[in-house]
Amino acid sequence: MAADTLYPFGRPHGAASLAAHPYAPRPFVVRGRTQETVDTVTLQLSAQMAGDHLSFRGGQFNMVYVFGVGESAISISGDAGHPEELVHTVRAVGKVTNALAALKAGAVVGIRGPYGRGWPLDSARGRDVVIVAGGLGLPPLRPILYDIFRQREAFGRVEIIYGARTPKDLVFYDEVQTWRQRTDLRIQTTVDAAGREWYGDVGVVTTRIPDSRFDPPNTTAFICGPEIMMKLTAQALTQRGVPTDAIWLSMERNMKCALGFCGHCQYGPSFVCRDGPVLPYRTLALLLAFKEV
Amino acid sequence: MNANGKAAIADLVLSHPFFVGVDPTLVAAMSSKAEERTYEVGDMLVREGKPAEEFFLVFEGKIALEVGASDHPGITVETIGRGEILGWSWLVSPHRWRFDARAIKPTRVVAINAAAARYALAAHPAFGYHFLMKLLPVIADRLENTRVQLMDIHGG
Repeated sequence: MAADTLYPFGRPHGAASLAAHPYAPRPFVVRGRTQETVDTVTLQLSAQMAGDHLSFRGGQFNMVYVFGVGESAISISGDAGHPEELVHTVRAVGKVTNALAALKAGAVVGIRGPYGRGWPLDSARGRDVVIVAGGLGLPPLRPILYDIFRQREAFGRVEIIYGARTPKDLVFYDEVQTWRQRTDLRIQTTVDAAGREWYGDVGVVTTRIPDSRFDPPNTTAFICGPEIMMKLTAQALTQRGVPTDAIWLSMERNMKCALGFCGHCQYGPSFVCRDGPVLPYRTLALLLAFKEV
Repeated sequence: MNANGKAAIADLVLSHPFFVGVDPTLVAAMSSKAEERTYEVGDMLVREGKPAEEFFLVFEGKIALEVGASDHPGITVETIGRGEILGWSWLVSPHRWRFDARAIKPTRVVAINAAAARYALAAHPAFGYHFLMKLLPVIADRLENTRVQLMDIHGG
């Protein structure tokens, strides 16, 4: 088996050679834990063995193993410029993710990865960028925001449209508020319903697209959220004039091996773990029209 | 309001995206009793159950449509902003507001008198048809957005 099949974006650094077997997890320690919402936490991790950093690209995911419980595919939500700190944001919805969300500082988890194809940020150079996140779709997009901030002059207008069920479901709330202070970034935040304490927009993310200020033919879009949200957003962007081959979606499927072998994550002709999770809307538009694929 | 003031309001109405392409003479007739207003954060534009005696063209700011009950705090179900139109209860019997509308940002609107507007639409059927053909997509968009909201697309 060729090494670049196992690690298409390069082998992990340093002591990773200890975990040369593709299914062998590397030990990472929980250094910090942030309660984002009632059911969502962000874990800050670092390698148990010095130097065992995990380099990644925004949009990639890891298989995170809670010893004795099981393994789950979780997108990386931290800064690729600081690979010494690995960040995962987890919503407690099942056995493994409930166990992950309950971890305290000092706990050790197993990490395999990073896997998959990330956001093709280079394709957006010189263009406007619109980032649309629905619910827990913001964490997988957060790394490319750091990448954009580091090389802000390489891009045109940058807009974020972020939607959630209610204000209490917004993750990275404080950080989003600091992003709002930037003059080189426009953020629209919207929720499905809110009380009187909310002074932002109410409505689905697609309602914010007409008020966006990007130049559609010269715009690259990165979308992450529930599939129905991504489908409707991609359609709305296309109607606005954004080219279909400049729209990228992050798909979520039942990843098991994460190596493109087992087929659990097959979506049409693609294995999402290997060919995705970030895929071009051009190749997804037809599949998204079908129910229960 | 003097003639200059009326002309200025008619020009303002014509500059709103909703009225782009509409015959200026008829817009002037429809907006004969229109006025420009500003609202501070927290000000109510309309209240549920009250007669819908006007509708609003939004030029700046943001307005929350709220629904509530005596035993329930208000819930915002939609926000309306710059370039949008607020209100069609003035066209639909019994002409009473179905929601509260509250400014959540400093807001500038033109309020158009409903009786004058209905008279202009009835007196000039072609204009009335044109107006409704502009309003219908707005209503259709909001219906579709409401349906999508019910699909819980952000939660998944």
